[in-house]
Amino acid sequence: MAEFDITSTTRDGMGPHGTQVGLLRVLGPAHVWALGVGIVLVGEYMGWNFAVGKGGAYAALIACWLAGILYSCVAMIDSEVTSTVAAAGGQYTQAKHIVGPLMAFNVGLYLVFAYTMLEAANAITAGYLISEVARLTGYDGTLDQRPFIVLVIVFLAWLNYRGVLATLTFNLVITAVAFVAILVLFVSTTGLLAPSMMQHAALMEGPAALPYGWIGVLAAMHFGLWFYLGIEGTTQAAEEVRSPARALPFGTLAGIMTLLIAATLTWYICVGLIPWEFLGDGVNGSVAPLFDAARLTGMQPLVVLLGVGTLFATLASANGCINDASRAWFAMGRDKYLPGWFGAVHPKYRTPYRSIIFLVPIALAFALKAPLDQVVTFSILSGLLEYTFMPINMILFRRKWPMHTIKRGYEHPFHPIPSLALLALCAVTFFAVFLGYGTQLVAMIVFYIVASLWFHFWRYRFVARAAQFTMPWPKPRGY
Amino acid sequence: MTYRPPKQSKLSQLFDVIVLLAMTFGALYIPLFLGLAGGSKSVPEGAPTTWEGMGQNAAQVAQYNALGFTDPAAVSNIINARYDYSFSWGALAVMIVVIVAYYALMLRFSEQEYRDVISEKFGDRP
Repeated sequence: MAEFDITSTTRDGMGPHGTQVGLLRVLGPAHVWALGVGIVLVGEYMGWNFAVGKGGAYAALIACWLAGILYSCVAMIDSEVTSTVAAAGGQYTQAKHIVGPLMAFNVGLYLVFAYTMLEAANAITAGYLISEVARLTGYDGTLDQRPFIVLVIVFLAWLNYRGVLATLTFNLVITAVAFVAILVLFVSTTGLLAPSMMQHAALMEGPAALPYGWIGVLAAMHFGLWFYLGIEGTTQAAEEVRSPARALPFGTLAGIMTLLIAATLTWYICVGLIPWEFLGDGVNGSVAPLFDAARLTGMQPLVVLLGVGTLFATLASANGCINDASRAWFAMGRDKYLPGWFGAVHPKYRTPYRSIIFLVPIALAFALKAPLDQVVTFSILSGLLEYTFMPINMILFRRKWPMHTIKRGYEHPFHPIPSLALLALCAVTFFAVFLGYGTQLVAMIVFYIVASLWFHFWRYRFVARAAQFTMPWPKPRGY
Repeated sequence: MTYRPPKQSKLSQLFDVIVLLAMTFGALYIPLFLGLAGGSKSVPEGAPTTWEGMGQNAAQVAQYNALGFTDPAAVSNIINARYDYSFSWGALAVMIVVIVAYYALMLRFSEQEYRDVISEKFGDRP
């Protein structure tokens, strides 16, 4: 691999017969927003409510806001680093330039794990939703969800294969519909347009308020992440946006603001309508809480709208996850961190098609064989390991290239406070995960340690040393 | 001297992918197969199965009815299930050591590799 200007429009993957073909730079800020919010908004439609089960309704609200602070820090840090390291692979590419190859390899795996697991969880939810629609419309038997799960993943992979512009334009439309559905449900149930249906006081009285006490609040942080998990995925579009310095910070920061609003409205609506024990059981109770909230209003148009919103949110998320996981896998293949075969770009559609296809059976295996809460937990754990890396990355970035030594597309304020706050909130979340899923956490870290040893002692021999540093920056300070 | 990586054969690339996949599926399924996957709730023995016994007020009962559950026994497992948050300090210490050791290992090995990259990239080597 020769030395490239990463912002070049002609660089990147491997085309036919060793020619170089780049990913297409066709996206704008709205697509970045659609990618970030599209991946995450499903978290409002399903999954976040495990936080209610973990600690009760108030605990879920506190977790929602603490996680909101955590992700605001993530968005600020990401906006600065990614607007400067504008390349596919997102945090993987950042780590490669700032921390070092082994950390980059781990971060790349976090990304692929988090997005592929989330994609699997989305497909499970889509299958459930279709079976629920069948039941509500009079189907007597038990609908087999598996064909629908397969259909969702294969259809969206095909869309991603055919081109990024159509993929993320599709995401923009369905994400906007899913977001508007939450707003409509809010104004329809809270007294703004019709008499209020909210019963917060009655549904949260007595022990229902904080059933586990304050340890439940800590425990709820585990699934509090689900409100926002994936917003950092905007960085994967870095090599396909027309103006990284403008589109990435704008799309990412607008995305986190959208999600803070959506998360709070979601909590308010669901807790005011659904008893906490039912709401907090995302497996046997409320699998799709906003849809259940709509059912409780007794208004058929709302039921249809939120059903559509739930389906669209799951599709948008799975779609964005395929996009992001494949970019991370592609970027690692291009640098030979993984077999170079994955670093191919389709000569016509200009997408990382081999990576897209390769990850399909893996997502299917998780979606068809693993329980939803385990899949969600593995996605969260990979995300959490990634968020713990981010403050280290940010502090090293500012230390190695202080302000004004390189051009930044965006400079986040109050450094290092967001980094330190992020680190503290990650520590709290590790404890929350330990309370229920400590075994999975240790299994996951053991996996990353074994994979790291494999990389360091075997795989790294195939990586060209200097060529992986692709940014046109001066030598870092201290080296 | 500039490092020149060896060319990897197709078979070796395939083998690398298989190794990575085996580790990935192992991380997910081994805890599941060994029954070590946590996070499940439990229902205390002899837990009540009436609305009153389960501490449900009129508003809560009305919402369960609206959701289609008129028989309290049908949702008693959902209402009575609770997490157990008791934990051992020893296990917590092990988890902290594992996490800190993991990041320390990553940063140390990464730094070694990174110095190599920077040295080659910025011409400290012939």
